[in-house]
Amino acid sequence: MTDTPSFVPEPAAAPGTEAFLSVRDLKVHFPTDDGLVKSVDGLSFDLERGRTLGIVGESGSGKSVTSLAIMGLHRTGNARSRPQISGQVLLDGEDLVRADADDVRKLRGRKMAMVFQDPLSAMHPYYTVGHQIVEAYRNHHPDADKKKARTRAIEMLDRVGIPEPAKRVDAYPHEFSGGMRQRAMIAMALVNNPELLIADEPTTALDVTVQAQILDLIRDLQKEFGSAVIMITHDLGVVAEMADDILVMYGGRCVERGSAEKVFYEPRHPYTWGLLGSMPRIDRDQTDRLIPVKGSPPSLINIPSGCAFHPRCPYADVPKGGITRTQRPELALVDAAEGADRHWSACHMSQEERTRIWTEEIAPKL
Amino acid sequence: MLVYLIRRLFNVVATLLVVSVVTFGIFFAVPKITGSDPALMYAGRETNETALAGIRVKMGFDKPISEQYLLFVKGIVAGRDYNTGVDSTHCPAPCFGYSFKTETPVWDLMLDRIPVTLSLAVGAAVIWVIAGVATGVVSALKRRTAIDRTVMVGALAGVSLPIFFTGMVAPAVLVYGLGWLDVSNYRPLTEDPGAWLNSMILPWVTLAFLFAATYARITRATMLEVLGEDYIRTARAKGLTERVVIRKHALRSTLTPLVTMFGLDFGGLLGGAVLTETTFSFQGLGTAAVAAISAGDLPVIMGITLLAALFVVMANLIVDMLYAVIDPRVRLT
Repeated sequence: MTDTPSFVPEPAAAPGTEAFLSVRDLKVHFPTDDGLVKSVDGLSFDLERGRTLGIVGESGSGKSVTSLAIMGLHRTGNARSRPQISGQVLLDGEDLVRADADDVRKLRGRKMAMVFQDPLSAMHPYYTVGHQIVEAYRNHHPDADKKKARTRAIEMLDRVGIPEPAKRVDAYPHEFSGGMRQRAMIAMALVNNPELLIADEPTTALDVTVQAQILDLIRDLQKEFGSAVIMITHDLGVVAEMADDILVMYGGRCVERGSAEKVFYEPRHPYTWGLLGSMPRIDRDQTDRLIPVKGSPPSLINIPSGCAFHPRCPYADVPKGGITRTQRPELALVDAAEGADRHWSACHMSQEERTRIWTEEIAPKL
Repeated sequence: MLVYLIRRLFNVVATLLVVSVVTFGIFFAVPKITGSDPALMYAGRETNETALAGIRVKMGFDKPISEQYLLFVKGIVAGRDYNTGVDSTHCPAPCFGYSFKTETPVWDLMLDRIPVTLSLAVGAAVIWVIAGVATGVVSALKRRTAIDRTVMVGALAGVSLPIFFTGMVAPAVLVYGLGWLDVSNYRPLTEDPGAWLNSMILPWVTLAFLFAATYARITRATMLEVLGEDYIRTARAKGLTERVVIRKHALRSTLTPLVTMFGLDFGGLLGGAVLTETTFSFQGLGTAAVAAISAGDLPVIMGITLLAALFVVMANLIVDMLYAVIDPRVRLT
């Protein structure tokens, strides 16, 4: 399989030693008439306070389902459409997968909060922005009177850079511009000082000029509040700017994970190479064409055998004996000697082969 | 807002004028074309040419149609004098003319009938809105369960079964089968509230069943759509309890299409619930209109048509105003 002793099983979280957020072997499967949709199929990662994890992947790679599962939102709504979920989501040591649904609800919006992609559809059109922030605050501060909550809402709107917050607090979402709406959304998410903030494509629906401002805002607020941030995006540029660590998802699983520096400058998975090759870069020769990842995302009902990426992988035949088609590669340390700055990837090619392909064939073209 | 209201009221008047022209045209021009004589209809069979001539002069049938129409409109707005030269009858505003059959003013006849229809419509509306919306919400929340299926089968029955069927089955079950109610004729609310209520329950339930079924189906469909909205996910992400999410966030959005439907349904019903009134032998606007049509009582038909049109137009205006209250994105300009 690999000629370096790189397969080190990830440690199961031992009580008291785990990270602030520790996800272990998370599986989220949706039963449908056509079969079991394995949106997330065995995902593990750790996240510390004050750090930002960027989760990257194509549509349907399981990014958003992961975030909804962490928030416990898969347990809300109609019982018939809920997914099967297994594994662990340990937030400060509390397993949210096994916890009582109402206990998880009490954590939502207080200990963990979420910012969504499209702030226009994510805010209720019939209530004022202030009303919606006040509601989020009072829901977790039942003792706070309306006046105090309103003061708090204005304070938050001011903090996220809304001009004339005392006036705008009474405006409706449709009276805000897209960027202002996303700021208001962030104010709503942060009103209870959450320790974990999940941002699901927070800039995708926004104007390019506004995107950078929103990212700056999230970064500033993270510094101020020291919260852990999960940034879900398909935009590597966003991740490059924001993330300390990067997790690349493909077909519901993690294919590469490590520090932003490692994943960007020494990626060790062909899918990550593909993502980097398809990203427009300002420092690249304008005449070069972007290299798309061939094929389309895998079916989550019939995930390809072996390595889920093998049908699209240009190097699928490099490992001998057709192993890429029969055996699923496990996440393994790229270099066991690296220690703290750990870098994991799931590929059947040997480290030497991958290092060679990256340095000789891929990197020069980027 | 005020400007909007004034403009809309102008629209109301304009619409009613159009309706009045059309109804006037049909009911007074058609006899001219077909060769029947309104004076003869007014007089009945046993008459002579002198009497008919007198009727023509008194009712204004001898004048051109356009003048007759203006007189008709003037009567509604300012009252009208019926003058034969020999004797004169003043008909105070709003004057819709006199019934050919009973020679009573149409307005008095309508005033007599409105409380019956109003009692029926208001009571049934209260029942069907509460029952329809409640079952629709429950059905949506319990989607694809036995409860949902049962409710939807019931709703299908409600939509499919005609009033004259449920209107017969309801008393058979509730009165003669279970003995929960007794049958009684309409009694005015002002005379005896208890008897009024007693006489209204069966018609209310029958009429409400028909509408509640439609409302349950619409509520269920809209609710399911709303529950899939992003802002519902946001509400849940804030950690709100499911009860707050449903009541405050989902239900309010579900109301919008219901308000539209309610305006049209209720406005239409005020013009007379013909089948329900007939089934329960109520003397409302609906039965009055049917009787007038079969008797060729043209002024009564016109009066009730105009009144019904007024109700529908006003209901629409109120619905549009309510929209602005429910949805802040709607600007009344």
